[in-house]
Amino acid sequence: MIFQSIKMAWKAISSSKMRSFLTMLGIIIGVVALVVLVSIATSATSSVTDKISSLGNNMLTAAISDDKGNPLTLEELNELTDYSEFEMAAPYGQASVTAKYEYNNDSATIYGTTAAYYDIQGLELASGRFLKTADVENNSYVAVVSASVAEDLLETNDVIGKTISLDGTKFQIVGLLAEDDSLTASAMNSGMKIYIPFTTAARLSDTFSDVSSFYIMAADEDNLDLAEAALTSYLLSRFERDEEAFTIVNQTTIQETMASVTNTMAIMLGGIAAISLLVGGIGIMNIMLVSVTERTREIGIRKAIGAEPGSIMLQFLIEALVVSLMGCAIGILLSVVIIQIATIVAGDTMTFHLSYGVVIIAVTFSLAIGVIFGIYPARKAAKKRPIEALRYDG
Amino acid sequence: MEDNNTRIIEIHDVSKIYTIGGEEVRALDHVDLTIGRGEFVSIIGPSGSGKSTLMNIIGCLDVADEGEYLLDGQPIGKYSEKELARIRNKKLGFIFQSFNLISKMTAEENVELPLIYQRMSVTERKKRVKEALERVELEKRGKHKPTELSGGQQQRVAIARALATNPSLILADEPTGNLDSKTGVEIMNLFHELNESGNTIVLITHDNDVARQARRSVNIKDGRALEVD
Repeated sequence: MIFQSIKMAWKAISSSKMRSFLTMLGIIIGVVALVVLVSIATSATSSVTDKISSLGNNMLTAAISDDKGNPLTLEELNELTDYSEFEMAAPYGQASVTAKYEYNNDSATIYGTTAAYYDIQGLELASGRFLKTADVENNSYVAVVSASVAEDLLETNDVIGKTISLDGTKFQIVGLLAEDDSLTASAMNSGMKIYIPFTTAARLSDTFSDVSSFYIMAADEDNLDLAEAALTSYLLSRFERDEEAFTIVNQTTIQETMASVTNTMAIMLGGIAAISLLVGGIGIMNIMLVSVTERTREIGIRKAIGAEPGSIMLQFLIEALVVSLMGCAIGILLSVVIIQIATIVAGDTMTFHLSYGVVIIAVTFSLAIGVIFGIYPARKAAKKRPIEALRYDG
Repeated sequence: MEDNNTRIIEIHDVSKIYTIGGEEVRALDHVDLTIGRGEFVSIIGPSGSGKSTLMNIIGCLDVADEGEYLLDGQPIGKYSEKELARIRNKKLGFIFQSFNLISKMTAEENVELPLIYQRMSVTERKKRVKEALERVELEKRGKHKPTELSGGQQQRVAIARALATNPSLILADEPTGNLDSKTGVEIMNLFHELNESGNTIVLITHDNDVARQARRSVNIKDGRALEVD
């Protein structure tokens, strides 16, 4: 009986192709919106979290907001790494300067730090070297520049040995960082960046006179909590047991926060797309109601020759289901194509994957829509009285 | 009196009452009618006489308000819609004035439809469809849609559809009403043949010439039934 109903439904659908297609279009658009948006959002999520975890899951960021008139010094920070919980530490401070090279000038951000920063941040060099401990100890006027500095200010990649001026002080470039062209990198930390020794930076700007924020790397990735506890107790004893004097951010926490932000985005986008799917469902109901009225006489004939109300109901319900599920199938196929195209267009910056979870959601949702919006017209058809239906003049 | 199982239709004291504009109208008024197996009976009456109401009750498309109706010995009283549908499917074959074929389906598919509702197997269905179409000499037109057939051919498809289920009773409502007189005669001849081969036929008409061809005529007037000699 089910098989016969599917056959009948197919016959009815294929006998008015244009109408069926337009009805399906609502579902197709809804499914494409749902699948593509959620797939892209989840791909972005995994890309962002991958990026963060590539920095290492063993990093803590500390910021001191109230030094109680007794600021943390670079020596104290270096002594911290003597604790078994910590591998290395790097201070960082940043300030905006005007960078000059020959006749070009541009605003740039300088980062005052130490040699350990390179490993902690997982940076990559294109040429030259990063800052060395000797540079920090000797207050050397050396700088490592990001790719965009080379590109925009020096207009060459051959930058090693060249001299740039930062707020009037001359620095020799010793290293060039590799271009980080991933989407997340360009979104999170793009721009003109110049790294100079922490001690040299202190001479340039008051911001760097003492360590107000630093990165510290735990010796054991699995014991980040232990390291966090050790750092907390150290900083508590250092700053008069005032919990408000500093904040420690755990790398894992950042990752979780980012993931939850992008997940929320995926849910929100999915929700909006689901609304369009719902509208498609209303379209199905609308056309099914028209179809039931148009086919009143057919319903009458079927009933007269012995169709039970259940058979009539099944026939129309399956018709609604076939429309919604066909729309769903076409929508998913289209989504696969769109995601492929998006991956090609995005190039190396990002790969998009079809999210299988959302495909299952889309199928379930389409099925539910077919049933929910098909049941009322189907019941209406099943309830028609045969005598009146036979007399109907369409 | 005849034996019980030779009676297809037993109608005792059946009434059907409609309320129109607050007024009670008796479309059928205490009708008694018995039709035996193998009979060819015409029910005749002008429009508004209640013959359509009687046909709907005989055809289990409607139920009586008062009285008792036995079809094939089975009381058609307070059956549900579903049960009435089963009875129509198994025991009755309908032939309508306007043929009532489903226009999107071919002749074969139209004939097959009541068998599908009987949940019959495909091979049995194909066999029955073939037999029924041969019976009305339309075996070569099976793949045609109703719109590609003449009126007479369409009515023959409808007859084939009615025959396919081997019903106890064939119920024809003005079967020649939409046909020219020559085709009408052909259809009537077909009914005679069917009757001679054992089918019970009840024919509803307002045309005296058509009615006279049946072996027995029942006249309906103002909701009352009268035998015509």
